[in-house]
Amino acid sequence: MSNLGKYNLAFMNAFEISEDQLTGLKYQDIEAWDSVGHMQLVAELEDAFDIMMDTDDIIDLSSYEKGQKILSKEEYGVEF
Amino acid sequence: MGKIWEFGQFGKSTAIEDEYGNRMTYDVLNSEACVLAEKIGCRCLVFVLCQNKIGSVLGYVGFINNAIVPVMVNSHLEEGLLRNLLATYQPAYIWLPKEQLELFSGMKPIHKAYDYVLLKTRYKKEYPLYDELGLLITTSGSTGSPKLVRQSYTNVFDNAQSIAKYLKLDSTERPITMLPMNYVYGLSIINSHFLVGATMLLTDKGLMQKEFWTFFKEADATSFGGVPYTYEMLDRLRFYRMKLPSLRTMTQAGGKIIPELHEKFARYAEETGKNFVVMYGAAEATSRMGYLPPERAVEKKGSMGIPIPGGTFHLVDADGKEITEPRTTGELIYEGKNVTLGYAECGEDLAKDDERHGVFETGDMAQFDEDGFYYIVGRKKRFLKIYGNRVNLDEVDRLIKGGFEIEVASAGVDDHMYIFVTDGKYADSVRDFVINKTKLNPAAFRVIVIDEIPKNDSGKTLYKELAKYYE
Repeated sequence: MSNLGKYNLAFMNAFEISEDQLTGLKYQDIEAWDSVGHMQLVAELEDAFDIMMDTDDIIDLSSYEKGQKILSKEEYGVEF
Repeated sequence: MGKIWEFGQFGKSTAIEDEYGNRMTYDVLNSEACVLAEKIGCRCLVFVLCQNKIGSVLGYVGFINNAIVPVMVNSHLEEGLLRNLLATYQPAYIWLPKEQLELFSGMKPIHKAYDYVLLKTRYKKEYPLYDELGLLITTSGSTGSPKLVRQSYTNVFDNAQSIAKYLKLDSTERPITMLPMNYVYGLSIINSHFLVGATMLLTDKGLMQKEFWTFFKEADATSFGGVPYTYEMLDRLRFYRMKLPSLRTMTQAGGKIIPELHEKFARYAEETGKNFVVMYGAAEATSRMGYLPPERAVEKKGSMGIPIPGGTFHLVDADGKEITEPRTTGELIYEGKNVTLGYAECGEDLAKDDERHGVFETGDMAQFDEDGFYYIVGRKKRFLKIYGNRVNLDEVDRLIKGGFEIEVASAGVDDHMYIFVTDGKYADSVRDFVINKTKLNPAAFRVIVIDEIPKNDSGKTLYKELAKYYE
């Protein structure tokens, strides 16, 4: 699967939503993306890309788009 | 009934700071609270739709300090449940965030302050209130039953004083909110810190948000309180690596933290010169009943500690006889001035007097060790704590049966509920229904379809037989 595919699947699994809901999605836009859901999302992303996210990046991950930017950083090296 | 807090004595000290840079001194809190109470002018019932915002706190303290009885509910409570609660208790007023005004377009706003609005309701009937009744609150999260805990002025004052004593609170404390104030643990932090003239740091942001930590650091927060799930999240955040020099104390309540995490946070606290305080409580005891002194946190991991100042614990066996041998399981009984009056389930109940007389049967099964430290080992009643919220399993079953007219049995462990149904076509809708009723994150709920709900000859559900599906 492509990295984008894996990335999308992490969101879809964590929040139980479909792919067409992802664009523009932000923290607390949907009920499932609360602090508990955020933890699920981080777990899914860390598993999918076999990475350990930094605290600052975890709390900075406030939208679907922001997450891509964070994972593209050198320390994670995920190319979209 | 006297006032709970004497705000005047703290004068120009800051009582509240919020994440937007707003500050309120004790003097202003005092005068604004009086203005609000004067708009009402008599003892009556007021619903407070709570948020961690200045207006919400102002309303709460203004009402309780002026003999007006607040009913504390979350501003995000599902609308159907809120309307049901309102119809049950028929309050004279509602104090709510201005953005929720449209919910009650037929009612008249009579006062506004700090983004909150006071609405006069149109209920004809006013239920009589027992003289000592101070406030009403749900039993730490609820599936929408109208059951409320009746807390007296003495309950609130005594528990706040006890907490201030064992946590050694003073005016230099700056607790940051992590819990909602309609939750007794969250409220107890406000109650105890206003007794000593400390500064409450208010935010509705959560610990998974950058804004929360920015506010935490800029406002030099000294303490926070979290439920077991909070500590799991902090663990995942690699909290131990964060630089938080202002932090002095972390408290934990709202369910039993797993011993490994207890140890991790206790060790972190020890190494960094902070305090980690595991506590035990219930809405029926106002808030706190037990605490583990931080200097014993590592040594006594898994324990919830000893009774708070002014309280006592004892254990009784199935025949009601007191247990005197260490490491023997019995039901935990608490006695103290913070044991609440009882429950209310309808408007008439608001006139009831003290039904508990200072004794609370907790429904928790516990043991004590040779040093007198208590350990919770199980529960007598069928409920789970999900993210710190008490969810009554029998009530969930009843709601589902009422909504779908199907066979159902729910069970599980804390933070994980399993709902058993026999007809697969209802699986998704039952799950959605429970998520909507509890307003808790979907991750906690799973539906399992089985051929038959196990029952004994007399038709009673055998919940223990369900455990094999999830353990």
